[in-house]
Amino acid sequence: MTSRSRFYLNRQGRAAHVFLIPWQLGFLLITAVPLLASLYLAFTNYDILNPPEWTGLENFQRMIHDDQFWASVRVTLIYVLVSVPLQLAFALLLALILDRGLSGLAFYRSAFYLPSLLGSSVAIAILWREIFGDDGLINKGLALIGIHGESWLQNPSTALATLIVLNVWTFGSPMVIFLAGLRQIPDELYEAARVDGAGIVKQFRHVTVPLLTPIIFFNLILQTIGAFQTFTQAHIISGGTGGPANSTLFYTLYIYQQGFVAFDMGYASALAWVLMAAIAVVTALHFLVSKYWVFYGDS
Amino acid sequence: MVSLTAGKVISSPAPVRQRRLRAALKHTGLLVFVAFMIYPLVWMVVSAFKPPEQILTEPGIIPSDLTFQNFKDGWHALNRPFSVFFVNSLVVTIASIAGNLFSCSLTAYALARLQFRMRKAYFAITLASVMLPFHVLVIPQYIFFSQLGLVNTYWPLLIPKFLATDAFFVFLMVQFIRTLPRELDRAAWIDGAGPFLTFWYVVLPLMRPALVTTTIFTFIWTWNDFFVPLIYLTRTQAFTVPVALNSMVDSETQSGVGMLFAMSLLSLVPILIFFAVAQKYLIRGIATTGLK
Repeated sequence: MTSRSRFYLNRQGRAAHVFLIPWQLGFLLITAVPLLASLYLAFTNYDILNPPEWTGLENFQRMIHDDQFWASVRVTLIYVLVSVPLQLAFALLLALILDRGLSGLAFYRSAFYLPSLLGSSVAIAILWREIFGDDGLINKGLALIGIHGESWLQNPSTALATLIVLNVWTFGSPMVIFLAGLRQIPDELYEAARVDGAGIVKQFRHVTVPLLTPIIFFNLILQTIGAFQTFTQAHIISGGTGGPANSTLFYTLYIYQQGFVAFDMGYASALAWVLMAAIAVVTALHFLVSKYWVFYGDS
Repeated sequence: MVSLTAGKVISSPAPVRQRRLRAALKHTGLLVFVAFMIYPLVWMVVSAFKPPEQILTEPGIIPSDLTFQNFKDGWHALNRPFSVFFVNSLVVTIASIAGNLFSCSLTAYALARLQFRMRKAYFAITLASVMLPFHVLVIPQYIFFSQLGLVNTYWPLLIPKFLATDAFFVFLMVQFIRTLPRELDRAAWIDGAGPFLTFWYVVLPLMRPALVTTTIFTFIWTWNDFFVPLIYLTRTQAFTVPVALNSMVDSETQSGVGMLFAMSLLSLVPILIFFAVAQKYLIRGIATTGLK
Protein backbone atom coordinates (compact mmCIF):
# COMPACT_ATOMS: atom_id res chain seq x y z
CA MET A 1 0.00 0.00 0.00
CA THR A 2 1.40 3.37 -0.94
CA SER A 3 1.74 6.05 1.68
CA ARG A 4 -0.71 8.15 -0.27
CA SER A 5 -3.55 5.65 -0.09
CA ARG A 6 -2.76 5.04 3.59
CA PHE A 7 -3.17 8.75 4.09
CA TYR A 8 -6.60 8.56 2.49
CA LEU A 9 -7.56 5.61 4.65
CA ASN A 10 -6.55 7.48 7.79
CA ARG A 11 -8.41 10.49 6.61
CA GLN A 12 -11.46 8.33 5.89
CA GLY A 13 -11.17 6.69 9.29
CA ARG A 14 -11.07 10.05 11.02
CA ALA A 15 -13.98 11.34 8.95
CA ALA A 16 -15.95 8.17 9.70
CA HIS A 17 -15.61 8.80 13.40
CA VAL A 18 -17.04 12.28 13.00
CA PHE A 19 -19.88 11.01 10.80
CA LEU A 20 -20.64 8.31 13.33
CA ILE A 21 -20.73 10.49 16.45
CA PRO A 22 -24.57 10.50 16.61
CA TRP A 23 -24.82 6.77 15.91
CA GLN A 24 -22.17 5.84 18.45
CA LEU A 25 -23.79 7.99 21.14
CA GLY A 26 -27.17 6.51 20.30
CA PHE A 27 -25.89 2.96 20.32
CA LEU A 28 -24.27 3.50 23.70
CA LEU A 29 -26.90 5.61 25.51
CA ILE A 30 -30.17 4.57 23.86
CA THR A 31 -29.50 0.92 23.02
CA ALA A 32 -26.54 -0.86 24.64
CA VAL A 33 -26.64 0.57 28.17
CA PRO A 34 -30.47 0.32 28.46
CA LEU A 35 -30.32 -3.24 27.12
CA LEU A 36 -27.84 -4.28 29.83
CA ALA A 37 -29.66 -2.22 32.45
CA SER A 38 -32.97 -3.95 31.75
CA LEU A 39 -31.24 -7.33 31.89
CA TYR A 40 -29.93 -6.38 35.33
CA LEU A 41 -33.30 -4.99 36.45
CA ALA A 42 -34.97 -8.25 35.41
CA PHE A 43 -33.26 -9.85 38.40
CA THR A 44 -34.21 -7.14 40.87
CA ASN A 45 -37.13 -5.61 42.69
CA TYR A 46 -37.26 -1.97 41.62
CA ASP A 47 -39.98 0.67 42.09
CA ILE A 48 -37.97 3.70 40.81
CA LEU A 49 -38.10 5.43 44.25
CA ASN A 50 -35.85 3.02 46.13
CA PRO A 51 -32.62 1.54 44.78
CA PRO A 52 -32.97 -1.81 42.96
CA GLU A 53 -32.77 -4.83 45.21
CA TRP A 54 -31.24 -8.07 43.82
CA THR A 55 -33.76 -10.90 44.00
CA GLY A 56 -32.22 -13.48 41.68
CA LEU A 57 -34.74 -15.50 39.71
CA GLU A 58 -37.72 -14.37 41.77
CA ASN A 59 -39.31 -12.37 38.92
CA PHE A 60 -39.19 -15.36 36.62
CA GLN A 61 -40.57 -17.68 39.29
CA ARG A 62 -43.35 -15.17 39.86
CA MET A 63 -44.33 -15.41 36.18
CA ILE A 64 -44.93 -19.14 36.49
CA HIS A 65 -47.62 -18.51 39.11
CA ASP A 66 -48.96 -15.30 37.58
CA ASP A 67 -52.37 -15.89 35.97
CA GLN A 68 -52.30 -12.53 34.23
CA PHE A 69 -48.94 -13.37 32.66
CA TRP A 70 -50.34 -16.59 31.22
CA ALA A 71 -53.49 -14.79 30.10
CA SER A 72 -51.36 -12.24 28.23
CA VAL A 73 -49.25 -14.99 26.64
CA ARG A 74 -52.41 -16.76 25.51
CA VAL A 75 -54.02 -13.60 24.09
CA THR A 76 -50.87 -12.60 22.22
CA LEU A 77 -50.26 -16.08 20.77
CA ILE A 78 -53.86 -16.44 19.59
CA TYR A 79 -53.64 -13.01 18.02
CA VAL A 80 -50.37 -13.76 16.22
CA LEU A 81 -51.41 -17.25 15.08
CA VAL A 82 -54.85 -16.21 13.79
CA SER A 83 -54.50 -12.64 12.56
CA VAL A 84 -51.17 -12.88 10.73
CA PRO A 85 -52.07 -15.84 8.46
CA LEU A 86 -55.54 -14.37 7.80
CA GLN A 87 -54.10 -10.96 6.99
CA LEU A 88 -51.50 -12.45 4.64
CA ALA A 89 -54.10 -14.68 2.97
CA PHE A 90 -56.25 -11.65 2.19
CA ALA A 91 -53.19 -9.72 1.02
CA LEU A 92 -52.09 -12.52 -1.32
CA LEU A 93 -55.59 -13.18 -2.66
CA LEU A 94 -56.21 -9.52 -3.49
CA ALA A 95 -52.73 -9.14 -4.97
CA LEU A 96 -53.39 -12.11 -7.29
CA ILE A 97 -56.76 -10.72 -8.35
CA LEU A 98 -55.25 -7.29 -9.06
CA ASP A 99 -52.05 -8.50 -10.69
CA ARG A 100 -52.86 -9.72 -14.17
CA GLY A 101 -53.85 -6.86 -16.44
CA LEU A 102 -56.83 -5.51 -14.55
CA SER A 103 -57.59 -1.83 -15.17
CA GLY A 104 -57.90 0.56 -12.24
CA LEU A 105 -55.02 -1.03 -10.35
CA ALA A 106 -53.86 2.28 -8.85
CA PHE A 107 -57.33 3.01 -7.47
CA TYR A 108 -57.78 -0.41 -5.87
CA ARG A 109 -54.26 -0.40 -4.49
CA SER A 110 -54.80 2.96 -2.79
CA ALA A 111 -58.23 2.00 -1.46
CA PHE A 112 -56.93 -1.23 0.06
CA TYR A 113 -53.80 0.45 1.38
CA LEU A 114 -55.63 3.25 3.18
CA PRO A 115 -56.61 1.10 6.22
CA SER A 116 -52.94 0.06 6.68
CA LEU A 117 -51.92 3.68 6.77
CA LEU A 118 -54.44 4.57 9.46
CA GLY A 119 -54.80 1.25 11.26
CA SER A 120 -52.26 1.76 14.04
CA SER A 121 -53.67 5.14 15.11
CA VAL A 122 -55.62 5.89 18.26
CA ALA A 123 -58.38 7.35 16.07
CA ILE A 124 -59.07 4.03 14.34
CA ALA A 125 -59.01 2.16 17.66
CA ILE A 126 -61.67 4.62 18.88
CA LEU A 127 -63.68 3.95 15.71
CA TRP A 128 -63.42 0.22 16.40
CA ARG A 129 -64.78 0.76 19.91
CA GLU A 130 -67.87 2.37 18.45
CA ILE A 131 -68.28 -0.15 15.65
CA PHE A 132 -68.26 -3.17 17.97
CA GLY A 133 -69.84 -1.48 21.01
CA ASP A 134 -73.26 -2.20 22.45
CA ASP A 135 -75.04 0.25 20.12
CA GLY A 136 -72.35 0.01 17.48
CA LEU A 137 -72.48 -0.26 13.73
CA ILE A 138 -72.32 -4.08 13.69
CA ASN A 139 -75.23 -4.53 16.06
CA LYS A 140 -77.27 -1.93 14.19
CA GLY A 141 -76.62 -3.90 11.02
CA LEU A 142 -77.58 -7.16 12.72
CA ALA A 143 -80.76 -5.53 14.03
CA LEU A 144 -81.80 -4.84 10.43
CA ILE A 145 -81.95 -8.59 9.81
CA GLY A 146 -83.60 -9.21 13.17
CA ILE A 147 -80.62 -10.38 15.24
CA HIS A 148 -80.09 -8.77 18.61
CA GLY A 149 -76.32 -8.54 19.18
CA GLU A 150 -74.59 -8.17 22.54
CA SER A 151 -71.65 -5.82 22.97
CA TRP A 152 -68.70 -7.45 21.23
CA LEU A 153 -66.24 -5.65 23.47
CA GLN A 154 -67.82 -6.55 26.79
CA ASN A 155 -67.88 -10.23 25.97
CA PRO A 156 -64.58 -12.00 26.80
CA SER A 157 -65.07 -14.53 24.02
CA THR A 158 -65.44 -11.93 21.23
CA ALA A 159 -63.33 -8.95 22.37
CA LEU A 160 -60.08 -10.37 20.98
CA ALA A 161 -61.80 -11.23 17.69
CA THR A 162 -62.56 -7.53 17.10
CA LEU A 163 -58.82 -6.79 17.29
CA ILE A 164 -58.06 -9.67 14.95
CA VAL A 165 -60.54 -8.18 12.48
CA LEU A 166 -58.77 -4.84 12.86
CA ASN A 167 -55.42 -6.41 11.97
CA VAL A 168 -56.87 -8.30 9.00
CA TRP A 169 -58.42 -5.01 7.84
CA THR A 170 -54.88 -3.64 7.40
CA PHE A 171 -53.90 -6.25 4.79
CA GLY A 172 -53.05 -3.46 2.32
CA SER A 173 -49.39 -3.06 3.13
CA PRO A 174 -48.42 -6.74 2.67
CA MET A 175 -50.64 -6.70 -0.44
CA VAL A 176 -48.55 -3.90 -1.96
CA ILE A 177 -45.41 -5.94 -1.26
CA PHE A 178 -46.99 -9.02 -2.87
CA LEU A 179 -47.95 -6.97 -5.93
CA ALA A 180 -44.35 -5.81 -6.29
CA GLY A 181 -43.23 -9.43 -5.98
CA LEU A 182 -45.68 -10.65 -8.61
CA ARG A 183 -44.32 -8.04 -11.01
CA GLN A 184 -40.91 -9.68 -10.75
CA ILE A 185 -42.13 -13.02 -12.10
CA PRO A 186 -41.20 -13.11 -15.81
CA ASP A 187 -44.06 -13.63 -18.27
CA GLU A 188 -41.95 -16.20 -20.13
CA LEU A 189 -42.37 -18.64 -17.25
CA TYR A 190 -46.15 -18.50 -17.56
CA GLU A 191 -45.92 -18.87 -21.33
CA ALA A 192 -43.61 -21.86 -20.96
CA ALA A 193 -46.03 -23.43 -18.48
CA ARG A 194 -48.94 -22.85 -20.88
CA VAL A 195 -47.01 -24.43 -23.72
CA ASP A 196 -46.44 -27.44 -21.48
CA GLY A 197 -50.20 -27.62 -21.01
CA ALA A 198 -50.50 -26.19 -17.50
CA GLY A 199 -53.88 -24.65 -16.65
CA ILE A 200 -54.48 -21.68 -14.34
CA VAL A 201 -54.31 -23.82 -11.20
CA LYS A 202 -51.10 -25.58 -12.23
CA GLN A 203 -49.51 -22.28 -13.25
CA PHE A 204 -50.37 -20.90 -9.82
CA ARG A 205 -48.97 -23.92 -7.99
CA HIS A 206 -45.82 -24.40 -10.00
CA VAL A 207 -44.89 -20.88 -11.11
CA THR A 208 -46.50 -18.23 -8.92
CA VAL A 209 -46.24 -19.84 -5.50
CA PRO A 210 -42.60 -21.03 -5.66
CA LEU A 211 -41.37 -17.69 -7.01
CA LEU A 212 -43.37 -15.77 -4.44
CA THR A 213 -42.19 -17.74 -1.39
CA PRO A 214 -39.36 -15.30 -0.52
CA ILE A 215 -41.92 -12.47 -0.42
CA ILE A 216 -44.35 -14.55 1.63
CA PHE A 217 -41.52 -15.31 4.04
CA PHE A 218 -40.54 -11.65 4.27
CA ASN A 219 -44.13 -10.57 4.99
CA LEU A 220 -44.57 -13.38 7.51
CA ILE A 221 -41.51 -12.33 9.53
CA LEU A 222 -42.41 -8.64 9.41
CA GLN A 223 -46.07 -9.07 10.37
CA THR A 224 -45.31 -11.63 13.09
CA ILE A 225 -42.81 -9.37 14.83
CA GLY A 226 -45.26 -6.48 14.54
CA ALA A 227 -48.19 -8.53 15.87
CA PHE A 228 -46.21 -9.60 18.95
CA GLN A 229 -45.82 -5.92 19.85
CA THR A 230 -49.43 -4.75 19.38
CA PHE A 231 -50.24 -2.15 22.01
CA THR A 232 -52.27 0.89 20.93
CA GLN A 233 -55.42 -0.92 19.79
CA ALA A 234 -55.61 -3.12 22.91
CA HIS A 235 -55.04 -0.14 25.20
CA ILE A 236 -57.76 1.98 23.59
CA ILE A 237 -60.34 -0.81 23.17
CA SER A 238 -60.09 -1.88 26.81
CA GLY A 239 -59.39 1.53 28.33
CA GLY A 240 -55.93 0.29 29.35
CA THR A 241 -57.27 -2.61 31.44
CA GLY A 242 -56.86 -5.51 29.00
CA GLY A 243 -60.42 -6.52 29.91
CA PRO A 244 -63.00 -7.93 29.92
CA ALA A 245 -61.56 -10.82 31.97
CA ASN A 246 -58.05 -10.24 30.53
CA SER A 247 -59.32 -11.16 27.06
CA THR A 248 -57.45 -8.25 25.41
CA LEU A 249 -54.49 -8.23 27.79
CA PHE A 250 -51.82 -8.13 25.13
CA TYR A 251 -48.31 -8.91 26.31
CA THR A 252 -47.01 -5.37 25.77
CA LEU A 253 -50.06 -3.96 27.55
CA TYR A 254 -49.17 -6.14 30.54
CA ILE A 255 -45.57 -4.86 30.45
CA TYR A 256 -46.96 -1.30 30.39
CA GLN A 257 -49.28 -1.97 33.35
CA GLN A 258 -46.49 -3.51 35.43
CA GLY A 259 -43.84 -0.96 34.50
CA PHE A 260 -45.69 2.32 34.18
CA VAL A 261 -48.91 1.91 36.17
CA ALA A 262 -47.77 -0.29 39.08
CA PHE A 263 -44.14 0.93 38.73
CA ASP A 264 -42.92 -2.62 39.30
CA MET A 265 -40.02 -2.03 36.95
CA GLY A 266 -38.01 -5.10 37.88
CA TYR A 267 -40.87 -7.43 36.96
CA ALA A 268 -41.66 -5.41 33.82
CA SER A 269 -38.02 -5.76 32.70
CA ALA A 270 -38.17 -9.51 33.23
CA LEU A 271 -41.38 -9.63 31.15
CA ALA A 272 -39.72 -7.59 28.39
CA TRP A 273 -36.76 -9.98 28.21
CA VAL A 274 -39.12 -12.93 27.91
CA LEU A 275 -40.80 -11.14 24.99
CA MET A 276 -37.48 -10.53 23.32
CA ALA A 277 -36.47 -14.17 23.79
CA ALA A 278 -39.82 -15.29 22.36
CA ILE A 279 -39.48 -13.06 19.29
CA ALA A 280 -35.89 -14.24 18.77
CA VAL A 281 -36.92 -17.91 19.02
CA VAL A 282 -39.90 -17.49 16.69
CA THR A 283 -37.81 -15.58 14.14
CA ALA A 284 -35.02 -18.18 14.31
CA LEU A 285 -37.61 -20.96 13.84
CA HIS A 286 -39.03 -19.16 10.83
CA PHE A 287 -35.56 -18.99 9.31
CA LEU A 288 -34.87 -22.68 10.05
CA VAL A 289 -38.18 -23.86 8.60
CA SER A 290 -37.81 -21.51 5.64
CA LYS A 291 -35.14 -23.81 4.18
CA TYR A 292 -37.90 -26.33 3.47
CA TRP A 293 -40.41 -24.08 1.76
CA VAL A 294 -38.81 -20.83 0.60
CA PHE A 295 -37.48 -21.05 -2.92
CA TYR A 296 -34.51 -18.89 -3.88
CA GLY A 297 -33.99 -19.22 -7.63
CA ASP A 298 -30.36 -20.34 -7.40
CA SER A 299 -30.87 -23.67 -5.57
CA MET B 1 -49.93 -6.02 -36.26
CA VAL B 2 -53.34 -4.72 -37.31
CA SER B 3 -54.20 -7.85 -39.25
CA LEU B 4 -53.03 -9.95 -36.35
CA THR B 5 -55.40 -8.39 -33.84
CA ALA B 6 -58.19 -8.33 -36.39
CA GLY B 7 -57.59 -12.01 -37.07
CA LYS B 8 -57.84 -12.76 -33.38
CA VAL B 9 -61.12 -10.92 -33.02
CA ILE B 10 -62.69 -12.61 -36.03
CA SER B 11 -61.53 -16.09 -35.19
CA SER B 12 -62.60 -16.01 -31.56
CA PRO B 13 -65.48 -13.66 -30.75
CA ALA B 14 -66.72 -15.66 -27.79
CA PRO B 15 -63.55 -15.50 -25.64
CA VAL B 16 -63.45 -11.70 -26.00
CA ARG B 17 -66.99 -11.36 -24.78
CA GLN B 18 -66.23 -13.86 -22.07
CA ARG B 19 -63.13 -11.94 -21.02
CA ARG B 20 -65.08 -8.67 -20.88
CA LEU B 21 -67.77 -10.33 -18.80
CA ARG B 22 -65.18 -11.79 -16.45
CA ALA B 23 -63.52 -8.37 -16.05
CA ALA B 24 -66.88 -6.75 -15.32
CA LEU B 25 -67.64 -9.39 -12.69
CA LYS B 26 -64.22 -8.90 -11.17
CA HIS B 27 -64.68 -5.14 -10.98
CA THR B 28 -68.13 -5.50 -9.42
CA GLY B 29 -66.80 -7.87 -6.78
CA LEU B 30 -63.81 -5.67 -6.04
CA LEU B 31 -65.90 -2.51 -5.78
CA VAL B 32 -68.29 -4.18 -3.35
CA PHE B 33 -65.29 -5.27 -1.29
CA VAL B 34 -63.77 -1.76 -1.39
CA ALA B 35 -67.09 -0.32 -0.21
CA PHE B 36 -67.18 -2.87 2.62
CA MET B 37 -63.59 -2.05 3.64
CA ILE B 38 -64.03 1.71 3.52
CA TYR B 39 -67.51 1.78 5.08
CA PRO B 40 -66.22 2.20 8.67
CA LEU B 41 -64.16 5.24 7.61
CA VAL B 42 -67.09 6.81 5.77
CA TRP B 43 -69.29 6.14 8.78
CA MET B 44 -66.80 7.94 11.01
CA VAL B 45 -66.64 10.95 8.70
CA VAL B 46 -70.43 11.23 8.46
CA SER B 47 -70.95 10.60 12.18
CA ALA B 48 -68.62 13.44 13.07
CA PHE B 49 -71.12 15.79 11.40
CA LYS B 50 -74.25 14.25 12.93
CA PRO B 51 -75.95 15.46 16.12
CA PRO B 52 -74.54 13.18 18.86
CA GLU B 53 -77.85 11.51 19.70
CA GLN B 54 -78.27 10.32 16.09
CA ILE B 55 -74.86 8.67 15.70
CA LEU B 56 -75.62 5.43 17.46
CA THR B 57 -79.28 5.30 16.52
CA GLU B 58 -78.82 5.57 12.75
CA PRO B 59 -76.27 3.25 11.16
CA GLY B 60 -76.75 4.79 7.70
CA ILE B 61 -74.29 7.12 6.05
CA ILE B 62 -76.78 9.69 4.78
CA PRO B 63 -77.29 12.13 7.64
CA SER B 64 -80.64 13.82 8.19
CA ASP B 65 -79.12 16.79 10.02
CA LEU B 66 -75.66 18.27 9.63
CA THR B 67 -73.88 20.08 12.44
CA PHE B 68 -70.44 21.34 13.40
CA GLN B 69 -71.30 21.12 17.10
CA ASN B 70 -69.14 17.99 17.62
CA PHE B 71 -66.08 19.85 16.39
CA LYS B 72 -66.81 22.89 18.57
CA ASP B 73 -67.43 20.76 21.68
CA GLY B 74 -64.57 18.36 21.00
CA TRP B 75 -62.06 21.15 20.43
CA HIS B 76 -62.59 22.26 24.04
CA ALA B 77 -63.37 18.90 25.64
CA LEU B 78 -60.14 18.78 27.65
CA ASN B 79 -58.83 21.63 29.77
CA ARG B 80 -56.70 22.85 26.84
CA PRO B 81 -58.01 23.39 23.30
CA PHE B 82 -57.00 20.86 20.65
CA SER B 83 -54.94 23.52 18.90
CA VAL B 84 -52.34 22.97 21.66
CA PHE B 85 -52.18 19.23 20.95
CA PHE B 86 -51.96 19.74 17.20
CA VAL B 87 -49.08 22.18 17.61
CA ASN B 88 -47.36 19.73 20.00
CA SER B 89 -47.76 16.84 17.55
CA LEU B 90 -46.51 18.98 14.69
CA VAL B 91 -43.43 20.12 16.62
CA VAL B 92 -42.57 16.55 17.62
CA THR B 93 -43.18 15.22 14.10
CA ILE B 94 -41.14 17.87 12.28
CA ALA B 95 -38.27 17.63 14.76
CA SER B 96 -38.31 13.82 14.45
CA ILE B 97 -38.09 14.05 10.67
CA ALA B 98 -35.19 16.48 10.94
CA GLY B 99 -33.47 14.18 13.44
CA ASN B 100 -33.83 11.07 11.33
CA LEU B 101 -32.74 12.77 8.11
CA PHE B 102 -29.68 14.26 9.80
CA SER B 103 -28.45 11.34 11.87
CA CYS B 104 -29.39 8.43 9.61
CA SER B 105 -27.86 9.97 6.47
CA LEU B 106 -24.55 10.72 8.23
CA THR B 107 -24.42 7.18 9.61
CA ALA B 108 -25.42 5.58 6.33
CA TYR B 109 -22.78 7.46 4.35
CA ALA B 110 -20.02 6.38 6.72
CA LEU B 111 -21.19 2.76 6.69
CA ALA B 112 -21.66 2.61 2.93
CA ARG B 113 -18.66 4.57 1.65
CA LEU B 114 -15.88 5.18 4.18
CA GLN B 115 -13.18 2.65 4.99
CA PHE B 116 -12.55 2.22 8.73
CA ARG B 117 -11.85 -0.60 11.09
CA MET B 118 -15.16 -1.33 12.81
CA ARG B 119 -17.25 -0.94 9.66
CA LYS B 120 -18.54 -4.50 9.36
CA ALA B 121 -19.25 -4.76 13.09
CA TYR B 122 -21.15 -1.47 13.10
CA PHE B 123 -23.24 -2.53 10.14
CA ALA B 124 -24.04 -5.86 11.80
CA ILE B 125 -25.12 -4.04 14.98
CA THR B 126 -27.38 -1.76 12.94
CA LEU B 127 -29.02 -4.76 11.27
CA ALA B 128 -29.48 -6.59 14.57
CA SER B 129 -31.07 -3.59 16.26
CA VAL B 130 -33.80 -3.46 13.59
CA MET B 131 -35.09 -6.68 15.20
CA LEU B 132 -34.73 -5.49 18.81
CA PRO B 133 -38.16 -4.96 20.44
CA PHE B 134 -38.46 -1.48 21.89
CA HIS B 135 -39.93 -2.83 25.13
CA VAL B 136 -36.61 -4.18 26.44
CA LEU B 137 -35.13 -0.68 26.20
CA VAL B 138 -37.98 1.52 27.32
CA ILE B 139 -37.79 0.97 31.08
CA PRO B 140 -34.11 1.95 31.54
CA GLN B 141 -34.63 4.78 29.03
CA TYR B 142 -37.52 6.05 31.11
CA ILE B 143 -35.46 5.87 34.31
CA PHE B 144 -32.59 7.68 32.57
CA PHE B 145 -34.76 10.49 31.17
CA SER B 146 -36.78 10.92 34.35
CA GLN B 147 -33.59 11.25 36.41
CA LEU B 148 -32.54 14.02 34.05
CA GLY B 149 -35.87 15.70 34.78
CA LEU B 150 -37.05 15.37 31.17
CA VAL B 151 -40.47 13.83 31.77
CA ASN B 152 -43.16 16.09 30.27
CA THR B 153 -40.68 17.50 27.77
CA TYR B 154 -40.17 16.31 24.18
CA TRP B 155 -36.49 15.45 24.64
CA PRO B 156 -37.14 11.76 25.41
CA LEU B 157 -39.07 11.53 22.12
CA LEU B 158 -36.55 13.50 20.06
CA ILE B 159 -33.06 12.68 21.37
CA PRO B 160 -33.19 9.09 20.02
CA LYS B 161 -34.07 10.41 16.56
CA PHE B 162 -31.01 12.66 16.49
CA LEU B 163 -28.83 9.68 17.48
CA ALA B 164 -29.70 7.43 14.52
CA THR B 165 -31.57 4.85 16.61
CA ASP B 166 -34.19 4.17 13.90
CA ALA B 167 -31.89 1.55 12.44
CA PHE B 168 -34.30 0.67 9.66
CA PHE B 169 -33.74 4.02 7.99
CA VAL B 170 -29.97 3.67 8.30
CA PHE B 171 -30.23 0.31 6.59
CA LEU B 172 -32.51 1.72 3.89
CA MET B 173 -30.10 4.57 3.15
CA VAL B 174 -27.02 2.30 3.15
CA GLN B 175 -28.70 0.08 0.57
CA PHE B 176 -29.56 3.12 -1.50
CA ILE B 177 -26.07 4.67 -1.39
CA ARG B 178 -24.62 1.34 -2.52
CA THR B 179 -26.56 1.66 -5.77
CA LEU B 180 -24.93 5.03 -6.57
CA PRO B 181 -21.87 4.82 -8.85
CA ARG B 182 -18.65 5.15 -6.86
CA GLU B 183 -17.04 7.06 -9.73
CA LEU B 184 -18.96 10.14 -8.62
CA ASP B 185 -17.33 10.00 -5.17
CA ARG B 186 -13.93 9.36 -6.69
CA ALA B 187 -14.27 12.28 -9.06
CA ALA B 188 -15.09 14.58 -6.16
CA TRP B 189 -12.11 13.22 -4.20
CA ILE B 190 -9.78 13.81 -7.11
CA ASP B 191 -11.09 17.35 -7.33
CA GLY B 192 -9.92 17.74 -3.75
CA ALA B 193 -13.22 17.46 -1.90
CA GLY B 194 -12.91 15.61 1.41
CA PRO B 195 -15.50 13.20 2.81
CA PHE B 196 -17.65 16.01 4.19
CA LEU B 197 -17.89 17.98 0.95
CA THR B 198 -18.41 14.77 -1.02
CA PHE B 199 -21.24 13.78 1.29
CA TRP B 200 -22.88 17.19 1.19
CA TYR B 201 -22.53 18.05 -2.50
CA VAL B 202 -22.46 14.65 -4.23
CA VAL B 203 -24.11 11.88 -2.20
CA LEU B 204 -26.82 13.72 -0.28
CA PRO B 205 -28.48 15.28 -3.37
CA LEU B 206 -28.50 11.88 -5.10
CA MET B 207 -30.10 10.24 -2.06
CA ARG B 208 -33.34 12.12 -2.48
CA PRO B 209 -35.63 9.08 -2.99
CA ALA B 210 -34.32 7.46 0.20
CA LEU B 211 -34.70 10.74 2.09
CA VAL B 212 -38.28 11.10 0.85
CA THR B 213 -39.14 7.57 2.00
CA THR B 214 -37.60 8.28 5.40
CA THR B 215 -39.54 11.53 5.70
CA ILE B 216 -42.86 9.90 4.82
CA PHE B 217 -42.54 7.01 7.24
CA THR B 218 -41.12 9.11 10.05
CA PHE B 219 -44.09 11.44 9.61
CA ILE B 220 -46.69 8.67 9.74
CA TRP B 221 -45.09 6.76 12.60
CA THR B 222 -44.42 9.82 14.75
CA TRP B 223 -47.85 11.31 14.14
CA ASN B 224 -49.53 8.01 15.10
CA ASP B 225 -47.12 7.12 17.90
CA PHE B 226 -48.93 6.46 21.15
CA PHE B 227 -46.82 4.30 23.48
CA VAL B 228 -43.84 6.65 23.93
CA PRO B 229 -45.83 9.91 24.37
CA LEU B 230 -48.21 8.07 26.72
CA ILE B 231 -45.30 7.21 28.98
CA TYR B 232 -43.49 10.53 28.99
CA LEU B 233 -46.29 13.10 28.64
CA THR B 234 -48.56 13.24 31.68
CA ARG B 235 -49.47 16.94 31.77
CA THR B 236 -52.35 17.94 29.50
CA GLN B 237 -50.37 20.90 28.25
CA ALA B 238 -47.71 18.61 26.78
CA PHE B 239 -50.07 16.02 25.20
CA THR B 240 -49.70 15.06 21.57
CA VAL B 241 -52.94 14.40 19.65
CA PRO B 242 -53.08 10.59 20.24
CA VAL B 243 -52.56 11.03 23.99
CA ALA B 244 -55.24 13.73 24.06
CA LEU B 245 -57.67 11.39 22.25
CA ASN B 246 -56.89 8.67 24.75
CA SER B 247 -57.70 10.97 27.62
CA MET B 248 -61.00 11.87 25.93
CA VAL B 249 -61.84 8.16 25.74
CA ASP B 250 -61.27 7.86 29.48
CA SER B 251 -63.90 10.47 30.18
CA GLU B 252 -66.30 9.29 27.48
CA THR B 253 -70.04 9.55 27.95
CA GLN B 254 -72.85 8.79 25.56
CA SER B 255 -72.96 12.39 24.30
CA GLY B 256 -69.18 12.29 23.91
CA VAL B 257 -69.22 9.92 20.92
CA GLY B 258 -69.74 12.79 18.49
CA MET B 259 -66.84 14.77 19.93
CA LEU B 260 -64.62 11.68 19.88
CA PHE B 261 -65.41 11.05 16.22
CA ALA B 262 -64.88 14.68 15.30
CA MET B 263 -61.47 14.88 16.98
CA SER B 264 -60.44 11.42 15.73
CA LEU B 265 -61.28 12.50 12.21
CA LEU B 266 -59.26 15.70 12.57
CA SER B 267 -56.32 13.69 13.90
CA LEU B 268 -56.27 11.68 10.66
CA VAL B 269 -56.44 14.68 8.34
CA PRO B 270 -52.66 15.37 8.23
CA ILE B 271 -51.99 11.73 7.34
CA LEU B 272 -54.67 11.76 4.66
CA ILE B 273 -53.19 14.92 3.16
CA PHE B 274 -49.75 13.32 3.21
CA PHE B 275 -51.20 10.21 1.59
CA ALA B 276 -52.78 12.24 -1.20
CA VAL B 277 -49.61 14.22 -1.89
CA ALA B 278 -46.96 11.53 -1.47
CA GLN B 279 -48.91 8.47 -2.61
CA LYS B 280 -46.52 7.61 -5.41
CA TYR B 281 -43.48 7.63 -3.12
CA LEU B 282 -45.39 5.88 -0.37
CA ILE B 283 -46.40 2.89 -2.50
CA ARG B 284 -42.90 2.66 -3.95
CA GLY B 285 -41.47 2.92 -0.44
CA ILE B 286 -43.50 0.00 0.88
CA ALA B 287 -42.90 -2.08 -2.21
CA THR B 288 -39.13 -1.74 -1.89
CA THR B 289 -38.68 -1.76 1.88
CA GLY B 290 -41.65 -3.52 3.40
CA LEU B 291 -42.50 -0.67 5.77
CA LYS B 292 -46.09 -0.20 6.88
